[in-house]
Amino acid sequence: MIAWIGDNIISSLGFTTGENYQAVLAGRSGTRLREYAGLPESFMASLIDRERLESECAGIPAGKESPLEKAAILSATRAATEAGIDLSSPRVQFFFSSTKGNVALLDGLAPGSRREEIYPWHSARIVSRHFGNPNEPVVISNACISGASAQVAALRALEAGRCDHAAVIGAEMLSRFIVSGFQCLKALSPETCRPFDANRTGLNLGEAAATVIYKRASQGDRGIMLARGVTRNDANHISGPSRTGEGCFLALKATLDGIDPGEIAFVNAHGTATPYNDRMEAIALARAGLNNVPVNSLKGYFGHALGAAGVLESIISTRALMEKWVIASKGFETREEEYPLNVTKQGARTGKPYCVKMLSGFGGCNAVLLFKRVDDETGDREI
Amino acid sequence: MKRGIARYSYINDHRASLDGKTIATARGEGCFLTTLYRALKIDYPRFFKMDNLSKLGFLASELILEGDERRYSRGEEVAIICFNRGSSLESDTRYQATIQEQEDYFPSPSLFVYTLPNIVAAEIAIRNKIHGETAFYLQEHFDARALFERVSEAFEDAGTRAVLAAWIESFDAREAFMTRVEEYDGEPPLFPFSGDTIVKLLNKSRNG
Repeated sequence: MIAWIGDNIISSLGFTTGENYQAVLAGRSGTRLREYAGLPESFMASLIDRERLESECAGIPAGKESPLEKAAILSATRAATEAGIDLSSPRVQFFFSSTKGNVALLDGLAPGSRREEIYPWHSARIVSRHFGNPNEPVVISNACISGASAQVAALRALEAGRCDHAAVIGAEMLSRFIVSGFQCLKALSPETCRPFDANRTGLNLGEAAATVIYKRASQGDRGIMLARGVTRNDANHISGPSRTGEGCFLALKATLDGIDPGEIAFVNAHGTATPYNDRMEAIALARAGLNNVPVNSLKGYFGHALGAAGVLESIISTRALMEKWVIASKGFETREEEYPLNVTKQGARTGKPYCVKMLSGFGGCNAVLLFKRVDDETGDREI
Repeated sequence: MKRGIARYSYINDHRASLDGKTIATARGEGCFLTTLYRALKIDYPRFFKMDNLSKLGFLASELILEGDERRYSRGEEVAIICFNRGSSLESDTRYQATIQEQEDYFPSPSLFVYTLPNIVAAEIAIRNKIHGETAFYLQEHFDARALFERVSEAFEDAGTRAVLAAWIESFDAREAFMTRVEEYDGEPPLFPFSGDTIVKLLNKSRNG
């Protein structure tokens, strides 16, 4: 078990966790209709305001960082300030999660030529070296579950005593590359997405840089703990979810072994709002006996921030768990009768101590994280 | 529980080996990965849809799992943990070419789905019905210590009994090095699992 000691979100909805969380409570969505030069169709997505990113980065000595790296540096700076830790320490390990990193730099690059800046490990190193950290960052590229995989890696490294603090950063910026790909897969919704709604029409893409700082938990720690994290594969299809929700179910089962569903405040699902993903999650949740637990998705607020989604959505969800609140699942109106779930239409109070974060991605990968709120020193003996 | 390397395989652009022994392949023109596929007498047409990164990892796993009685029945017990330098940049570059020019714009879903490095782990999982953890890590160079740490940590998952651990690179070079790491309490496998052993086996494989 590891203890959460600081966080930050840079997204379309704000540049601090508080600003983002308040926007979510107010029901705002960062999605807008966008256009890119060289892309035949417009698309709905939630983008980081580049002008504001530049101005907020003004205090940070700038080299040749890409917008992705700038956002990651800004996010880590703010999270570390909140956590009160020095990121230059050799006892701090960086975990960097992104699906496509600086892939935008391929645009216009002559075929066969190389630019070091395109490699995601290079971006991670730009960030960790900005802070003077001597350790090689751990770089995870595990499709849409990357942000969960990075937290699982941090959990293990902290528990093994390899480091004292883990800075987990998820960062994703959109590009013609990513948007055209999702367009040709016909996965994008022309309107703000509606996760778990019977009439959902696909996903919105999103940008974010989000950071969580963890330390090894010790007796007497309060607040949010990451208790467990499990990933499992569908072994079914490289780009479509399993019909039986196999990997997702197995990950839920392994993560929640011995946990009473009645103690779970809510499940923050992946909920991309594609027909197949949401149905797969409903099947997996029902198989795991969780179909009565409140379920929400944050994609209607932020879109799908790909490699950053796992970190971004863990931050919003654990903030809600601290505030004893179940966030409304934006865009949900009509229940899908065939796959009934307890989707949260309106925000609600909860006193329960656990929340579950689910993610699924291309490559049949599925991740489940179990977070716990510890209110007092006695609440923390077992998991 | 002790851990050991039960088998290791290696493939580059002209040679393949299993446990240090070179696999006999026909001399021929064309792609070595296809030559190797034929030499191994595999019947899995899906292979021809894969990108080179997936082909490399797939063939490395075929070498390692051939003849394993429990191959298709281990489910959650097996994790697939991969590493490389160039991510999926070989397929990324090919996909980028399909959207580069507005007058020649034809993005292809079948190409786009390979623009994630972890797809190779999915291909191996699908072939062998592996439901365990799958993960892909990126690093500048092959790093035996990082591989040892991430693979050791994969055993922290209570369900993990074996890990297919691999370096699979297809952008800056064409090379796959895979080991099957097993827990054991009786008869030890081929080698102890350590960073030093991994370096030794990789060097041995590279030198043929």
